[in-house]
Amino acid sequence: MRYLIAILLAGSASPAFAQHQGHSAHGRETTSPATQEQSACEAEAERHRAMGHAVPEGACAPSEQQSDDHSGTDRSQMDHSTMDHSSMDHSSMSHEPGSDGQATGEQVDHSTMGHDDMSMEVPSGPPPASAGSGPANAADAYWGAEAMDEARELLRHEQGGQQYFWFQGDRVEYRAREGSDGYLFDLQGYYGGDLDKFWFKSEGEGSFGEDIEGAEMQALYSRAIAPFFDLQAGIRQDFAPMDRTYAVVGIQGLAPYLFEIDAAAFLSDQGDLTARVEAELDQRITQRLVIQPRVEASFSAQDVPKLGIGAGLDSIEAGVRLRYHFAREFAPYIGIDQEWRVGQSADYARAEGEDPSVTNYVVGVRFWF
Amino acid sequence: MSELNVSRRGLLSAGVLGAGALAMPAWARGANMSGPAIRQGFDEVSGRSIDLTIARGQSSVQGRHGMGVAVNGSVPGPLVRLKEGEPANLNVTNSLDEDSSIHWHGLLVPFQFDGVPGVSFPGIKPGQTFTYEVPALRQAGTYWWHSHSGLQEQAGHYGPIIVDPAGPDPVQADADYVLLLSEFTPMHPHTIMSKLKKGEGYFNYQQRTLTDDYPLTGEERRMWAEMRMMPTDILDVTGSTYTYLANGHGPQEGLEYLFSRGQRVRIRVINGSAMSFFNVRIPGMKFWVVAADGLNVRPVEVEEFQIGTAETYDIVVEPTGEAHTIVAESMDRSGMAVATLASQSGARAPVPALRDPPLLTMAEMGMGGMDHGSHGGGTGGSMDGMDHSAMGHDAPSSGGMEMGGEASSSDAAMAGMSMRGMNMRDTSRLPSDVNIGPGIDMVAMNPQDRMGDPGVGLADMPHKVLNYRDLVALEPNDDLRTPSRQMEIHLTGNMERYMWSFDGKKFSAVSDQPIRFAYNERVRVKLVNNTMMAHPIHLHGHFFELVNGAPADRQPQKHTVIVQPGGSAQFDLTADEPGDWAFHCHLLYHMHAGMFQIVTVAQRGDQPDVQRVGESG
Repeated sequence: MRYLIAILLAGSASPAFAQHQGHSAHGRETTSPATQEQSACEAEAERHRAMGHAVPEGACAPSEQQSDDHSGTDRSQMDHSTMDHSSMDHSSMSHEPGSDGQATGEQVDHSTMGHDDMSMEVPSGPPPASAGSGPANAADAYWGAEAMDEARELLRHEQGGQQYFWFQGDRVEYRAREGSDGYLFDLQGYYGGDLDKFWFKSEGEGSFGEDIEGAEMQALYSRAIAPFFDLQAGIRQDFAPMDRTYAVVGIQGLAPYLFEIDAAAFLSDQGDLTARVEAELDQRITQRLVIQPRVEASFSAQDVPKLGIGAGLDSIEAGVRLRYHFAREFAPYIGIDQEWRVGQSADYARAEGEDPSVTNYVVGVRFWF
Repeated sequence: MSELNVSRRGLLSAGVLGAGALAMPAWARGANMSGPAIRQGFDEVSGRSIDLTIARGQSSVQGRHGMGVAVNGSVPGPLVRLKEGEPANLNVTNSLDEDSSIHWHGLLVPFQFDGVPGVSFPGIKPGQTFTYEVPALRQAGTYWWHSHSGLQEQAGHYGPIIVDPAGPDPVQADADYVLLLSEFTPMHPHTIMSKLKKGEGYFNYQQRTLTDDYPLTGEERRMWAEMRMMPTDILDVTGSTYTYLANGHGPQEGLEYLFSRGQRVRIRVINGSAMSFFNVRIPGMKFWVVAADGLNVRPVEVEEFQIGTAETYDIVVEPTGEAHTIVAESMDRSGMAVATLASQSGARAPVPALRDPPLLTMAEMGMGGMDHGSHGGGTGGSMDGMDHSAMGHDAPSSGGMEMGGEASSSDAAMAGMSMRGMNMRDTSRLPSDVNIGPGIDMVAMNPQDRMGDPGVGLADMPHKVLNYRDLVALEPNDDLRTPSRQMEIHLTGNMERYMWSFDGKKFSAVSDQPIRFAYNERVRVKLVNNTMMAHPIHLHGHFFELVNGAPADRQPQKHTVIVQPGGSAQFDLTADEPGDWAFHCHLLYHMHAGMFQIVTVAQRGDQPDVQRVGESG
């Protein structure tokens, strides 16, 4: 009991001295921290003496003087000698620590302390030469370099060196529309570390009862080039409507206002240059209900009649999907998606007997693992 | 007066529940039979030779089951009780099918027994018994131990340590209990890491939505979206998967600490969680914080404190009623651990509801100097009419952006706050040794010393909440030298990619470039947090002194320091423990992502003339 009271008592002293410290921080050139604390301590000791508490002379002496007493110990060895609490006379004190609101330090106005200024006294600089003098790996001397090498390799791997695999079905959906209904899949994923990844993408669509209209697969090297963007380059292989191979370069990432962007240019083995830009925005309605507007635009540098692609803006697709996350990884959705083929592309469509404007009512699932 | 009366009742009360569970066979409780049932709560082991066995088992908490890693059959593992001035051999047997280890968190031991595979020793192989030879202990107080291998700590591989003082304990109490806070999840730790890497905000079900109740204006919402960041990004892993544990027990499992009226109860609060900060309070009660990270401080009377991952605080409370609830609410307020101070077994006090989740504010964005009135909290300070256009975007002098804001708890007080034209990632503010790359998504524009901050969400509490500037060492420090140099370490990250690092460099990239100190060198280390998350930074093998405004000889010594989002913290370090030491963020998945470094303190022999502080020539 006595010891607790002793420290409570010491605690009650803290606001006064802390305040002193706070004020003196502004004019600290005049007194060194040690002497300042000493005088604060002496003032405090004086106050205790006035209250009839026995405070031994020298209780406020700078604590270095005691350090000799503790040879072979370090600073965690408590120095109990500076202030002998046990010799204080507590009998005349009120022992109601609960009522002693003074001890909380609530009255100290910390916001006025110039804490930042304290760092200015200490110069920045490299470590002294002796800092690098030891062995490269201190533990080798105890456990052997071979055993440590193995553990070090594992540590490197565990603290930042891992690779991850991700697979996402962004849109896997049934498309109800005039004429025969269709389907679409839009998949992507990666394997790799934080900065370098192997990235793959695959898209396909068609109508039930017919040959698949379009199917492609991309294999890309993806390199983080900015906090929110990756640069991607690689190969795209089309399987439908006809086999064709493209070189790909693009960027993918998160734009301001949280738009997910995927933009790429494609150069085919026939020398045709095309490009595609996709943007989607996930807007949460509740923690699990998300509405996602999505736009995709295709461009071409030239007419590609075989593929029904017209120069300039080729097609636009705009949609909105409402999905419910049973889990982060699994979210069925419904939505509406409008496709327009534009300009020359629209003419190609009409020539094929297709409507250049198609409205799809979609139901699908978004998932990842 | 009274002898050190360390009651084991509380420690055993945890065990009573465990024994109850044991009375029923595992299959009868629906447990998976792939491993032995893990007991909740812990026993005590003590003496000069202590045996600990690590093994896999099946954990069950409030009807949820999952694989766990237990030591001596329980989660948490046993209380390791040591005595100041006495040596101990800790014999650790690894019965897992993978490497394991135990790190003695906060104990000053020779580095080769510090227990970090790849830094201090090779680790403990499956089937191997490794003996940690701990020389006469140079400290007393509350500490803890945990695995430093893989992500085993999340699975239950941790436990408390008490080092009893050689002399009388300055903190006298009639009952002495441990409250070890942690988390249970049936999810495999590697799955958690994988979700964090892939799904932004995977565990956060308190995000901004079109229908939320957050006091954010449309403009603030647009600003957060523009930055591609989340004001609700308080903790990465939340109550959506975690059941928060008090000594291994879920909030409904009724952990209780018995007391008699008039008793003074000491509770040693240990945050042994993997990823959680807790706000600890005993509603309606004031209590004293008497020790931080094991070492005594001048008692501070508070009603609440935030405890970062891996920190410890000892508190003393004088319960007066039938029962009092001890609430440890996760910082994002997605869940809580609960225990009861009970005057008789079964007595209960009401458990308060979770408070509203907090939001990040200007201070957390690294613009703390622009709002001296108020930090943190869901409501923010009064900043109407803040004219950002007049701010100028050159480097402001510290504290130079006094806006004269008065503290206010009015809603939507940050109306008018706009980041337009502000560069949230001005990398020219970073020192040249920071590696600038995709791993850095933000640079604190005006990082303030935030050691006076009680923690995210606690700035506007009507009652006294502990902050680091309240901490004053009870005993004087013995190294009063002014540091000979200052070094700055930047905490860096990318929330979207879930990358975390020091100075923009993951450990995997700098594993052979340690932070070097000369033997017995005294250095002021400034940690600057360029992220919007609070990071508990832990240095192994040393205590450092917080530069918190306390007098030089009373700066509190800690082993772990929280660096508040967008702010800075400073400590003075006497590098007098030679060897290689781990230095890392104690959020397990931040460390796993690369927020880890090695600190090398040169051997004493390299400088025969240098005298270790406290030693005579």
